[in-house]
Amino acid sequence: MNPATSHPVLTDGSRLIAEACVRAGADAYVGYPITPASLIFFYASRRFPIALAAPDEITALQWMAGLAAAGHLPVSATSFPGFALMVESFNMAYMMELPMLVVLAQRLGPATGTATAGAQGDLLLLDGLISGGYPFPVFCIADIEDCWTLPPIALRTAVDLRTPVVLLTSKEMVMTQERVDLAALPPIEPVRRTFYEGPGPYCTYGADENLVPPFLPVGNDRHQVRLNASTHDRCGIIQHTSDEAMANTRRLQQKVEARTPVLYELDEQEGAQALVVAYDITAGAAREAIWALRAEGTPVSLLIPKTLLPVPAVYADIIDRYPRVVIAEENLQGHLAHLLFGRRIPPHVRLVGAIGRMVRPDEIAEAVR
Amino acid sequence: MSRFLTDPELPFCKGCGHHLIVRNTVKALEAIGVQPLDVVLVTDIGCHGIVDGNFATHTVHGLHGRSVALGAGMAMALPPQKKVVVYIGDGGATIGLQHILEAARLNVDLTVVVHNNMLYGMTGGQPSGLTPEGFRTVLTPQGYPFPHHDLPRLVHDAGAPFAARVVGLGDFSDVLRQALETEGFALVEVLEICVSYGVKMNPDLRLKELAQQAGYEPGVWTRPSRPAFRPVPRETSSLLDMEPVEVRYTSPLEGRYALVLGGSAGEGVQQAAELLAQTAIAAGLHATKKGSYPVTVGVGFSTAEVVLSRPPIFYHGVTQPDAVVITSADGLENQRERIRKMAGGILWLDASLPVPETGAEVRVRDFRGRAGARNAAVYALWTFLQETGVIPAEAFAETVRRSSLGQHIPENLLK
Ligand code: SF4
Repeated sequence: MNPATSHPVLTDGSRLIAEACVRAGADAYVGYPITPASLIFFYASRRFPIALAAPDEITALQWMAGLAAAGHLPVSATSFPGFALMVESFNMAYMMELPMLVVLAQRLGPATGTATAGAQGDLLLLDGLISGGYPFPVFCIADIEDCWTLPPIALRTAVDLRTPVVLLTSKEMVMTQERVDLAALPPIEPVRRTFYEGPGPYCTYGADENLVPPFLPVGNDRHQVRLNASTHDRCGIIQHTSDEAMANTRRLQQKVEARTPVLYELDEQEGAQALVVAYDITAGAAREAIWALRAEGTPVSLLIPKTLLPVPAVYADIIDRYPRVVIAEENLQGHLAHLLFGRRIPPHVRLVGAIGRMVRPDEIAEAVR
Repeated sequence: MSRFLTDPELPFCKGCGHHLIVRNTVKALEAIGVQPLDVVLVTDIGCHGIVDGNFATHTVHGLHGRSVALGAGMAMALPPQKKVVVYIGDGGATIGLQHILEAARLNVDLTVVVHNNMLYGMTGGQPSGLTPEGFRTVLTPQGYPFPHHDLPRLVHDAGAPFAARVVGLGDFSDVLRQALETEGFALVEVLEICVSYGVKMNPDLRLKELAQQAGYEPGVWTRPSRPAFRPVPRETSSLLDMEPVEVRYTSPLEGRYALVLGGSAGEGVQQAAELLAQTAIAAGLHATKKGSYPVTVGVGFSTAEVVLSRPPIFYHGVTQPDAVVITSADGLENQRERIRKMAGGILWLDASLPVPETGAEVRVRDFRGRAGARNAAVYALWTFLQETGVIPAEAFAETVRRSSLGQHIPENLLK
């Protein structure tokens, strides 16, 4: 730290997320209070050009879809109980191809669980969220710097792919105050939005080989826009299962798989026989664990996935290089492990989990030894 | 053919009242002199919802019951010359009643046209919240046993400037025109009978008669106009306009030190812990702080965890605290399990409290007696620093003095 140029403050990830979203071009926030996402709502209410308080989370997502259809780039933050209410509307936004960002701050479940206890319990829900099993982009914050760097990437992805995106985080990440050097935060480029400028006729879902149709807001004076949450053709007209409509639905999967940015951190050590894989809040414990292991002379590597869905193929390539793999996450079921290996976890893979508390560095180190 | 339509052949059963709603809508739109691209038609789920393809306006086909909220999002963002029209059925209005009342309350600039044929036509004729008492449906062949919602009155009570009910026969375009010309929220309930399910189950009923029997009073309910809800984007300032913590102290700490402060809500526990973390940063350390309290934030325990560290902190959980500082009975109760498990470290305990079972060294101090309840937490942390020197106690006293707490702390307390 250079004292001459540093700007240390004590703050939390929620503040960085809200500020980063606005700098990246998000212009509307629709909130409904829920712990542990209420702090983001509080900051967003002060900072977003438009900040709305919805009467429930279904309304929140619908208002967001309406705002997005009219050309805004909306954001909301919630936790499982609120997100559960958003699910159908999230599917609608996915089918209509409307850009928006939902920050999902995980807390301890099931159901209302414990509002002020952290957890990593919603990844498998996200994997199956879209009826039919279609993927959408899910990025995950691994440390407080990510609270600054990931929202712009998530928003850019939402715009570039015309899709709702989830930024996954958890209670301990967004509510813990930490020392942050504001001078060290990189500048944020606003997301550039382009609208269809052709002569028409405009087809709302007429994509070329880049798989994402050009966007035009409803209410514009130039071309008719047809948005549709039901199965539809290229022009947004409802269909049963026509070839054109099925091709359009298939494209939703193709665009997300082909164009979601792949983000991860890989710290490989020569001679390492073990790889630790951890995301979200457990990434911090994993970092401390590998420091301790290396300090005692045990070589070990670390993979921190930040693009969680669709699961990038490169994770399998990395994992396959190691005779032992330790996957640590704050749940009992091994959500990421399940995404990577299915129900049959191979013998060389060890899972470290916890509920009601954070996974500790010593538990991860123990699993490596 | 009207310029608002691309195809005059509507997709409804012969004799369905939906035909008339479309025709009257088109007539009303023509009367107010807008162009097709000035109109966004938002449709719900139901037979009416497949009409999108016939319209030359912008069309949005959403989910069951949610179209009013979806349309509201658009209406908030579009200028007043753009008209957002929502088509919804009686079923959609039932499942989405909250959205309708909220849009009326906020006075969102929408025209909601409720196609009330008193049952769910698309799914086989089940009753909805707008099915009148005595009306026979496939699920209630003896007659529906409950009274219906009075939708225009509900939205009127919620603050809608314009609400109306019409019997869906003949020309009712003038009511729709008035709704479209309303600044803000307008709802028109159109009564119809579904020829496929409604007539089959109630063969003798005529629409007018039915409306009368059911107490479905035609009418218009208005309120004085008020501005439509159209949030204007505002200039805001950065959330990062924060005073930097000036690094002007030093600390002998080389590793990591974890402290738990336990007290009562309303006694400044969280602020004291935050000031400790800020002091640590001022002493060149890394610091994290988190709080825990019951949902009723004004009563019961209030606990804070602070980690101070020379190296960066990646894991900010506290498994084995080096110090636990307890200032009240609430704090002790909340931390009793952790204190019992302590195999080392130091427990600072207010003199008013019984010494709990613990493996930690116990130091009993008169925090509350010396400082009073409100300042006990700050004083306890100052005492902890005095006795350990993890950070200079004077640095903490200085941070406290400069904070909003400063003026409430007696001169000599932190000396
Ligand atoms: S089923 Fe009933 S509501 Fe649907 S189009 Fe036919 S008559 Fe109209």
